[in-house]
This record gives sequence, C-alpha cells and structure tokens, in this order.
Amino acid sequence: MLEINNLRANINGKEILKGLNLKIKEGEVHAIMGPNGSGKSTLSSVIAGREIFEVTAGEIIFHNKNILNLTAEERANEGIFLAFQYPIEIPGVSITNFMRAAVNAKRLYNKQEALSASDFLKLMKEKQKLVELTTSLVNRSVNEGFSGGEKKKNEIFQMAMLEPSLAVLDETDSGLDIDALRIVANGVNKLKNPNNSYIVITHYQRLLDFIVPDFVHVLYDGQIVKSGTKELALELEEKGYDWIKDEYHNK
Amino acid sequence: MSTDETENILGEVTSGGDYKYGFVSDIEMDYAIKGLTEETVRFISAKKKEPSFMLDFRLKAFNHWLTLKEPEWAHITHPPIDYQNIIYYAAPKKKPQYESIDEVDPELLRTFDKLGIPLNEQKALMGFAVDAVIDSVSVKTTFKDKLGELGVIFCSFSEALQEHPELVKEYVGSVVPYTDNYFAALNSAVFSDGSFCYIPKGVRCPMELSTYFRINAANTGQFERTLIIAEDNSYVSYLEGCTASMRDENQLHAAIVEIIVKENSEVKYSTVQNWYPGNKDGEGGIYNFVTKRGICKGNNSKLSWTQVETGSAITWKYPSIILMGDNSNGEFYSVAVTNNYQQADTGTKMIHIGKNTKSLIISKGISAGKSQNSYRGLVKILKTAENARNFSQCDSLLMGDKCGAHTFPYINVENNSSVVEHEATTSKISEDQLFYCNQRGIKTEDAVGLIVNGYCKDVLNKLPMEFAVEAQKLLAISLEGSVG
Repeated sequence: MLEINNLRANINGKEILKGLNLKIKEGEVHAIMGPNGSGKSTLSSVIAGREIFEVTAGEIIFHNKNILNLTAEERANEGIFLAFQYPIEIPGVSITNFMRAAVNAKRLYNKQEALSASDFLKLMKEKQKLVELTTSLVNRSVNEGFSGGEKKKNEIFQMAMLEPSLAVLDETDSGLDIDALRIVANGVNKLKNPNNSYIVITHYQRLLDFIVPDFVHVLYDGQIVKSGTKELALELEEKGYDWIKDEYHNK
Repeated sequence: MSTDETENILGEVTSGGDYKYGFVSDIEMDYAIKGLTEETVRFISAKKKEPSFMLDFRLKAFNHWLTLKEPEWAHITHPPIDYQNIIYYAAPKKKPQYESIDEVDPELLRTFDKLGIPLNEQKALMGFAVDAVIDSVSVKTTFKDKLGELGVIFCSFSEALQEHPELVKEYVGSVVPYTDNYFAALNSAVFSDGSFCYIPKGVRCPMELSTYFRINAANTGQFERTLIIAEDNSYVSYLEGCTASMRDENQLHAAIVEIIVKENSEVKYSTVQNWYPGNKDGEGGIYNFVTKRGICKGNNSKLSWTQVETGSAITWKYPSIILMGDNSNGEFYSVAVTNNYQQADTGTKMIHIGKNTKSLIISKGISAGKSQNSYRGLVKILKTAENARNFSQCDSLLMGDKCGAHTFPYINVENNSSVVEHEATTSKISEDQLFYCNQRGIKTEDAVGLIVNGYCKDVLNKLPMEFAVEAQKLLAISLEGSVG
C-alpha cells in the first residue's frame, strides 16, 4: 500500500532524507527507530505533505498513486494520518467542532454526504469509548491546556474518528506515563485490522511491547540502514546505535 | 509561507463580487436635492410632518455642525468628504403605509428576500420582530400589534414622532447630545428615520427586536437614529443588521443609537455590520461614522453591546456606556474584521459614575490584506464610583504581513477603591495550526474559518443563536483567501 523509493528531502537547503526506501503492505506494523537527528520526524512530515520540506528526488506511492503532488489535506483524505509528536493547540475550537470539520471534509472528498449532527455525535461516543477519552475532554478546545497524556490520547481518538489506512505515529510514547502509554497502545491495537497499516516512530523498545511490530527499521543519516523483525528492537535497546553507525560508515 | 505566496493568496481575495449583498434594487425613489443647507433640514422635517420641537432640534444641530470640523484623531485616512455632494434624503416613492405584507412593493420584498430578512409573517415562529429601513425610510415593522398588547412600542422613528412625540421629546439627544461630535451633529440635523423602541415597566419583551438597514440609492447618505428606552424592571434584546449596494463611490453612513436603561432593567444590543466594504483595490465602500451610547440610569441596570463588524471601507464607532446607577453593569463584546484596504477604528467608552459599577470589554480584532484595525477604548472611573471594577481584554489577530493592528487604551481612574485590569495579546495564525488542520483533511480556507471562529468565540457566543451562525459565515466570507 505504501512504497517509498529513493526519497530525498531538504529543509532550508539542508538535505535530511538521502535516498530512503520503504515498503509497507496492508495490515503491517513497521517501527522506525534511530538516533536523534536521523530524519525520523522529517520522514513523517514528508509523508504527510508538509510544505516546508522540499522533496528533491524519489517518489511516494500510496495505494498505487504517487502522492507527492497532493496537498496535505488531499493526502489526509486519501487515508494518511499523522499522530503528532507535539499536538498543536487551537484555542476556542472544541474537539467536537474540529472533528466534525475533519470528518465531513473527508466525506466530501469521497463524494459522500456530510454526517448529520446526531450521527456524528453517535460516532464520537463510540470512538471515545474505544480510546477511553472522557466526554469533558471533547468539549474543550483542541489540545489547549491538555496534559501530555491527554494530547496523545486525543491524537489516537482523532485517528479512530478518521479511520485512516495508513497511520504514522510520531513518537507517540514521548511524554507518556506507563498507564497513558497502555491506553494509547490499546487504542491502536483495537483499531488495527488487515486493511490498515502503521508506521510507529519511537526511541524506545517499551512502546513495542504494547504495539508489536512486524518489522523494525533503523533510520540513520537519512536512510534506512538496517531492517529486521521485533528482535532488532531488543538488540538496539541492549546495544545502542553505535554498532549500526559503525556498520554504516564502514560500508 | 513565503512572501510571494502570501501575496498570491491575498491577491485571490480579489473578487469584490464576494460581497453577496451588493445588488442594486430598482425601486422608485423620492429624493431631496443634493447638498446640505438649512433648506435641506427644513425639507426633511417637512417631508416627515414633524412636530416643531424636532425641527428646532435639527436646526440647532445644523447650526452647531457648521461650527465644527471633522475629527482627525482616529487612525484612518480618507479623501475629504464633500458634504455638499450628498443626497440627504431618499425614500421609496410608494408610501410605506402597509396593512399587510401583500401591499409592500414587490421589488422591495424581493430585496429583503435576497437579504434573508424575515419580513413575512411565517417568520413569527422564529420569534423576531423586524423593522426594515431602506435608504432613509422605515418600510415595514412586523409584529407591532402583538407587541402592542404588552405595551411595547416598536416602530419607525418617524411613526414614533407622530404617535408618541412626548417620549421622543423627552429622550432624543439625552444620551448623545447634538453637540457631542461632528457626526452626531450631522445626524441630528438630517436624520431621516430609524427605529424606536419603548419597553414599559415590568415587561420582559418576549421576542428579539431587530432592525435592518439597507443603503440602496446612489449618492445618498444614510442617517438613521435609533432610540431605545427600557423602563424599570424590563428587558429587551435588540439586533441590528446592515448591508448596502455595491457602488464605486464612497457613501456616508452616520447613525446615532441612544439607549436608556432604568432601574433593574437590561438591554442587549447586538449589531452585525456588513455594509459594502469596497473592492480589493479599496474603491467604493461605506464610510461608517456612528455614535452609539447607552446610559445605565437606574440602579442595578445592565447594558451590553455586542458587535460583529465585517463591512464598511471605514468604521469609526465606539459604542459606549455611562454607568450612572449604583451596581450597574456594562459589557462590550466586539469582533472587528478588516481585509483589503478596509480601516476600522473602533472600541468603547465605559464611564463609571455609580458605586459598585462593573464593566467588561472583550475586543477581538482581525486584520488581513492591507487593512488597518485599531481598538480605541476609554475606561473612566469617577470619584463617585466607589469599588468600580473593569476588566478589558483586547486581542489582535494578524493575517499576512501587510496589515496593521493597533490598540489605544485610555484608562482614567479618579478613586483608589476601584480595580481596573487590561490584557492584550497579538497573535498570528501559525503555520503549525494550519498544517495540523490540513493533516486532518481540512482545507486551509476552512481551517482559517475554524481558527478565527474559535478566536472570536467569546464574542459570538453573546449573539442570539441564529445570528451567531450568520456571523460565523460572514467572518469566513470576509476573510476568504486571506491566508495560504
């Protein structure tokens, strides 16, 4: 469903992604690990279509379509979801209103009619239960004054609402205590099905105990330098990244 | 976002045609001759068969106006206004005396239909009574009879002059004297019509009262005057809407609103001002110079102004409150949007006289394009106003890098038992916020609408429900294409 070939991307003239390749099939969970500054967050932004990054080479094929010419909102409506590492505050806009705009934008894109208010609220209730999000939270302004855990839960809730076929979780575990981590991971696991795929970007093996990946990749210097199964993550936890760096530089 | 992109996107705001109220209706009109002389004043008064006290008032105002100079302190610029090149009276020729809706000029009805103004009786269900003023004359007031049963008087100013001259005489000019300022003097001399509202003692007005003002004719100025009196223990919520035809030349609108609130009474006055703002190059549009003031005369009285200002080439307007009664309460909620070359200098004055008086000011300015948006406010606490309390919040939101936002707060405190607070913020819609919305599938234009409505929520919440929805749409339209 997702195929990234020889992807190169710059920000302010500095090359961050340097010929990255990645293939993901339906129903798979791929973890991407790597030291700080290796390009993990850039990868998620480029997949989502953030304009401050300039793609200089390569392609991103999503559902058999090169999406590099699509805007961020078109990619979102095609089924790509990015759970932000630092979710953004939008003062005065309730989660309910925000989600209603998003859900209906997607329906419009897919030539479906907008949901009625009552159907929408029903959907909200259902998904809230799934990710254990309290009712009081959805009446508050998007991310405003939320704790770290609430912000991340809110991201997973939005994912549940929008039912993407590809979700990129960008360091969703950062800033979470163990209980919040479990809730977030449970949400993801409940949403998992044979048709959707996940890219889980993380620094720590801990998250992968809860969201078990099919593949683990190491991103270093803008490329995927090593791939393996979930055992690779354990190995990284134990040995750090130096041996990978050495391997890469000796090549 | 690069400057180029911003430029392009701002350029897209181009189609001044976005102003959907810009049509001109072909209605036969009765005009006064161009120009302003004592004769003009006498002509208008005679046309309206006014009692002599009104003519005296007008003439005094006119003579005073002759001694005044246009004020220059506001943060606005415009070519000089030629007061002799304006028609001061224009009225639909067909006499506006209707027994039922069927007798209204069909072209006029179509006009109000296009404006979405509920003149027909079926709107009874919505619970609004409407007075519609086109150019200079009130053409239709609905629900008069029903309100009459409660003793509520809601009619055009002209009618009030005929039927309740004693009330008009007592209150007209009592809050905004004709000596108040240049435009108030002008209005007092040549005002043509407007709305009049009287709520008797102990009556809670059961429906929203609303007035729609429409400038249609070319080269005319509109000078309406609204007078609202709430007797003891009464309540009324009042809404005013304004639109105008699209014209290449600038048109002058100089109105006065006076409100008197007596003991234990409450008046809510909401405005959605959408006069034609001019095109993208700053041509045409209404010059809106308005004096609005209310007095909380009785103890425990309350007055609130809520305004959503999206129209006009120039807005010069400071709805103010004199807090005279002890424990009286004044509120001002404002959203002012400027785009393209629009200029707004707006705010409020809160004059605390009585003990334990409270005032609250929430002002949200939004500037886009090459517009200039200023908040100007005065909080004055007199010696007598023991334990007075004021809180002001003035926020500015900037879009693009060619617009301006300015805040001119004046605070004048004469006793040491009062507490005055002022908070102000300036912000921009961030790239991060837009990307976050985009990533959820929301187009940038819609994202801007969402964010702006969120920013204005505290004010929009104060509008009656139906108008809050309208106002939200209006904000989105006014800002269309202003951010990329």
